[in-house]
Amino acid sequence: MATQIAATLYNKLSEDFKHKRFSPEEAKDAVYALREKSFEQFAEKGFPSIKNEDWKYTNLVSFLKDDLQTEVLAHDYNEVSPATVKQYFIEGLDAHTLVLINGELNVSLSTFHGDGTVSIQAISSAVDTPDYLPYIGKEVDVKHNSLAALNSALFKDGLFIEVKANGVVDKPLHIIHLNCSASGIFLQPRHLVVVHKNAVLNIVETFANIHEESVVWLNSVTEVYVEENAQVNHYVLQSGQVNTRMVNHTEITQKKHSLYNNYTATLPGADLVRNNLNVNLVDNNTETHLFGLYMGAGHQLIDNHSTVDHRKPNCFSNEHYKGILAGNAKAVFNGKVFVRQEAQKTNAFQQNNNLLLSDKAVVDSKPQLEIFADDVKCSHGSTIGQFSKEALFYLQSRGISEASARGLLVQAFAFDVVNKFKLAPVREHIEKQITHNLEQWFK
Amino acid sequence: MLTIKNLHAQVEEKKILKGINLQVNAGEVHAIMGPNGSGKSSLASVLAGRQNFEVTEGSALLEDKDLLDLSPEDRAREGLFLAFQYPVEIPGVSNINFLKTALNEIRAYKGLQPLDARSFLALTRERQKLVEFDAQFTNRSLNEGFSGGEKKRNEIFQLAMLEPKLSILDETDSGLDIDALRIVSNGVNKLRSANNAFILITHYQRLLDYIVPDFVHVLYDGRIIRSGTKELALELEERGYDWLKEEVALQGQL
Repeated sequence: MATQIAATLYNKLSEDFKHKRFSPEEAKDAVYALREKSFEQFAEKGFPSIKNEDWKYTNLVSFLKDDLQTEVLAHDYNEVSPATVKQYFIEGLDAHTLVLINGELNVSLSTFHGDGTVSIQAISSAVDTPDYLPYIGKEVDVKHNSLAALNSALFKDGLFIEVKANGVVDKPLHIIHLNCSASGIFLQPRHLVVVHKNAVLNIVETFANIHEESVVWLNSVTEVYVEENAQVNHYVLQSGQVNTRMVNHTEITQKKHSLYNNYTATLPGADLVRNNLNVNLVDNNTETHLFGLYMGAGHQLIDNHSTVDHRKPNCFSNEHYKGILAGNAKAVFNGKVFVRQEAQKTNAFQQNNNLLLSDKAVVDSKPQLEIFADDVKCSHGSTIGQFSKEALFYLQSRGISEASARGLLVQAFAFDVVNKFKLAPVREHIEKQITHNLEQWFK
Repeated sequence: MLTIKNLHAQVEEKKILKGINLQVNAGEVHAIMGPNGSGKSSLASVLAGRQNFEVTEGSALLEDKDLLDLSPEDRAREGLFLAFQYPVEIPGVSNINFLKTALNEIRAYKGLQPLDARSFLALTRERQKLVEFDAQFTNRSLNEGFSGGEKKRNEIFQLAMLEPKLSILDETDSGLDIDALRIVSNGVNKLRSANNAFILITHYQRLLDYIVPDFVHVLYDGRIIRSGTKELALELEERGYDWLKEEVALQGQL
């Protein structure tokens, strides 16, 4: 083992793996093989360093220095009440609420426990479910993602959502991820969503910390399997405080004629947000839309890495990410599109636009296309710009203050992505958050 | 209403305005003409507060306030309006939201309550008619995808909504076809009153057939070299600017 980033945490996690939970005797843990294979990868590679091309612009060293616990005691979060949960509802959103505390499904705070269409359970209790083992870890590349490997080795709990064939879940599932620990914590939730043939599911994920002052490190992995002709709309609204660090690995696998839409909004707050969004198009005639908005200020670092892997013919994918950066914020966009040799008639589009509001904000934008087929339509582009002085003057010349004018222009910039968020209450919630943050920035 | 005295301005080191004097009274319409590059649009920009212009001397009072001390938004709130030669397209900002923001910020400056939704809508409907605009335009993004004529009509629509004291129309007639020119001019004529004033910057006599000015000024090389009534515009149409330039050159020699 060469020099290790965050040696203390690395050692603690190694101890966890060796001694605490997952001894080979625990045959009950049917994913042991996955855990063992994954831990080998993590043990060998450790936390990613900037020498790794995928982490070139995101240095984790300073985010891993704190003394972090890998386990939270239950009495730490007894304080969370239904009233606490209520404040994280989205105004006007008619949804089934699922509450997770430190990655564990809390049945009493959740308002929905599944029905004939959709089953909802803790992933820790899913081992005996027939559809668990064939899916868990199937498409996650632990060899090249050491953090996903770490999660795969050590995940303790999370959600397992399964929608039956032909099932249309009547309301969106609003998953509220609450983090609650008085001391610094390193959490590794794992979620698995399987949407069977012809089924439809809307998911809205939001995040909140109960103890805003303590460090919360989330290393989560979510796998979504969209089976033939199924549809998933997946909203991820990220927020947090200084001391919130999240690495979110989302692995999507799409079958024939399926549709997957991802809407990610990263709002100001968290120190570090790294999203790895990978979409595997393993069958033909699929459709995928990835829309992202990220807003950063202070010393935030927001890193969006996506991969769309066109493996089969006649698939359509479109990705549009927009970023607004103030203060000393830094953003990274790295979008890879692979079009494999077999994937003829692929349509793949990708666009990243950034608006810098300060001289010190930084963006590293890297769109990447790798095409091995010869009959495809692909495009990608990236822009980084500042306010148009002429537009600002035009608005001011109509009596609009400079601060409001800047606000209007930022809203306008965000518009064509935010407007794509189909659930109106979610869209309005984000618009409000944008306005609120701009008022803070420009006051 | 507007009193400009000995106004000098430059862009970087280049002197653009070299001592403008102009008095515009309430109820009057003034036309400013002149060859390309004489400083007409620069005068409009300096009055509205465009950033890259530096005023080196002089004053410009709107009633008793020196515009030159104010931010662009405060100039607008004091009652100045510039109809842009090239209105800016701002995708994502709806025309209506933009107007509501502008109107209410101006009202707040004057210590008035914001207009409620119903009154705002009623006002919008009424003023749209002035420029034969329909609701479709007002709901679209600000100037996005508008034709040249639509953009200019939108400028006059904004003028009608904000009810400024002094309006400067910077080449509002350029790029307009006959119908659009008629619509824009009718709009302006309906808005003329004893309490407001207009400055029309134009290259063409044609606009002045529709909006008849009380005074015509010729701007050349950063100065007003000739002022007269509407007949001056007709003379310019016929003779061009060379005879005036020659006169200036002769005076320079004396």
